[in-house]
Amino acid sequence: MRVGLFVTCLVDLMRPSIGFSALKLLEHAGCRVVVPETQTCCGQPAYNAGDAKAVRGLALKFMEEFAGCDYVVAPSGSCAGMIRTHYPDLFRAEPEILAELEPLCRRTYELTDFLVSVMKLERVPGRFSGSLTYHDSCSGLRELGISRQPRALLAKMPGVRLVEMRESTTCCGFGGTFSLKFGDISARMADHKCDHGEATGADALAGGDLGCLLNIEGRLRRRGNHTTRVLHIAELLAGEEGQD
Amino acid sequence: MECSAGEFKHRAAQKLGDVKLQAALRRLQDKFVDGRAAALAELDGFDSLADAAAAVRERALADLDGYLLRFEREAIARGAHVHWAETGADANRIVVEIAAAHGVRTAAKSKSMVSEECGLNHALEQAGIRVTETDLGEYILQLAQEPPSHIVAPVVHKSKEEISELFHEKHHTPRKTDIAELCREAREVLRPAFLGADMGISGANFLVAETGSAVIVTNEGNGRLVTTLPRVHVVITGIEKVVPTLEDLATLLRLLPRSATGQAITNYVSLLTGAKGERDPDGPEQMHVILLDNGRSRLLGDELQSILRCIRCGACMNHCPVYQNVGGHAYGWVYPGPMGSVLTPAYQGLENALDLPHACTMCGACGAVCPVRIPLPDLLRRLRERQTERGLRPWRERLALRLWAWTAKRATLYAVGTRAAAWLLARAGGKDRLLHRLPGAAGWSAGRDMPAPPGRTFRDLYRERGRR
Ligand code: SF4
Repeated sequence: MRVGLFVTCLVDLMRPSIGFSALKLLEHAGCRVVVPETQTCCGQPAYNAGDAKAVRGLALKFMEEFAGCDYVVAPSGSCAGMIRTHYPDLFRAEPEILAELEPLCRRTYELTDFLVSVMKLERVPGRFSGSLTYHDSCSGLRELGISRQPRALLAKMPGVRLVEMRESTTCCGFGGTFSLKFGDISARMADHKCDHGEATGADALAGGDLGCLLNIEGRLRRRGNHTTRVLHIAELLAGEEGQD
Repeated sequence: MECSAGEFKHRAAQKLGDVKLQAALRRLQDKFVDGRAAALAELDGFDSLADAAAAVRERALADLDGYLLRFEREAIARGAHVHWAETGADANRIVVEIAAAHGVRTAAKSKSMVSEECGLNHALEQAGIRVTETDLGEYILQLAQEPPSHIVAPVVHKSKEEISELFHEKHHTPRKTDIAELCREAREVLRPAFLGADMGISGANFLVAETGSAVIVTNEGNGRLVTTLPRVHVVITGIEKVVPTLEDLATLLRLLPRSATGQAITNYVSLLTGAKGERDPDGPEQMHVILLDNGRSRLLGDELQSILRCIRCGACMNHCPVYQNVGGHAYGWVYPGPMGSVLTPAYQGLENALDLPHACTMCGACGAVCPVRIPLPDLLRRLRERQTERGLRPWRERLALRLWAWTAKRATLYAVGTRAAAWLLARAGGKDRLLHRLPGAAGWSAGRDMPAPPGRTFRDLYRERGRR
């Protein structure tokens, strides 16, 4: 099975270890992974800023790069959601493009969803031991229905004790450019997330989207919390947490 | 009501610092969010019911003029008068004319967001008519001279203590702190206003085309008194509120209170059909229904049409993490939260509410809870696109986006740019590997650090690995 890894722009720039973790997990699951080198960004920032036109080129580029893949997998519900639920909307009036693009979009998965729903993964290599609390990122949760998948995978790691926080499904305040445009509201939302996460007493807070994790970690550190670790689910599952 | 949505940012900042408001918003969330969840859990199949409710509303909108004309015919046949108002000012004028024709000096009002839209109270006072709000929340706001901050719980921003102080000051009575006592005091003040009012003014949650009825869904008894005691009853409502049949109404009534307050049904559901008939023991001698457009018909056939399905339950704002932190007044017009962020630019002009469609993280919580399936995030995104199309975004933002999109399409250039950025950010991270300041992103770094990247992009590391 040929699986294209969509690394995502944020992982590429800010935390490559997540990309390598995803790669390791997919290979561990028995996939033949290809990583198209020319990939950049799914275009969601422009799409949500109200510039759908700018995204069309990126969607076509994606289509070309991942054309031969049986599946495309991204370690982000936000990017996978963008591709799967919004890309086809950009070409509603162009049936020829849609005919090629839409099937590819339908085969685009968020990492944990893919490992659970498609690969039916039995064992995970991760060895984290300690307590964890999980933040459900918005796009993954509401566009792709990702909630039980990461938890099911974490349950396969005997050392992990999952302690759910209050309001785990409430937005952390990231929202891409929202966090820049409305920094104060965004930081307040992150504050609530930090409060709820800290209240669980968990050693680490985990999630499936780097944007949210940078936001939450950024707020935790600014508040003076330098102990709660903030980890991506891929790093945990692959046993690569703490590696750059 | 005057629109001050342009001041959203500034207002929101104030509201974030308002400790009392923050406590009030927390209480609202606990009550309404948990209440809704519990009420819907009793009901099996929110999804299928919401689909049915959305279909009812779409059916009404698909033939809106037809249903409105049917409503008019049926209402007239039952002795009511029907008036059509294009703007808020037209609606106000019609009410004032009705008042003049019937020698009305005093009016008692039950809750109506549409009348807030028109600024009706002000217009009536100008015409020398004394208006008393009789919904407890609206009455408090009338005393405090403030607009509502929520469409279902208008006074949610005020604490019990503030209300106690207000009553003490305005009623010249001893301070009370017990909620029941405060309610009793309000009731005592309001009773004469009901009994003496020449005109009762209400909104309508729905209009039923097949019977010509106006439906109000309330929890306080005031709505009944306002619509039955005074000689003249005026209903003022939006043209989109019509539903074809009583059966359709029943579908919507299963969802409205559950979504709004977490109740299976409200204390009162009144179907007001025509003026007092010969054999009726009570009721108004005159019933007038004013159907307000005020921008609604412009949305028919538009990409934003689905917002007209709204049944004003308030669930979207109760679940909106932005509303939960800034409250309704920050939004600057009648309707706050996600539905308000669509309605305000739609009714008051895109350019007068530039921030509202952007004051949203696209988290999708609103769309998920909306009982009539309005795709609120999509509508907000569509409004953002219109701002772009009409050149209403700041040029810096446009330039940055364009430049970024242009680069993202050129893999080699993009790789060079990100390689440099990764290197720079890593260097700037310092010993604690945190960026305390981000040039050009003050919005981020005012309240957050940025965890620094390790310094090499995935792309470069991957290629290197391949070579090894
Ligand atoms: S948009 Fe939907 S959730 Fe919001 S008030 Fe209207 S009906 Fe309720």
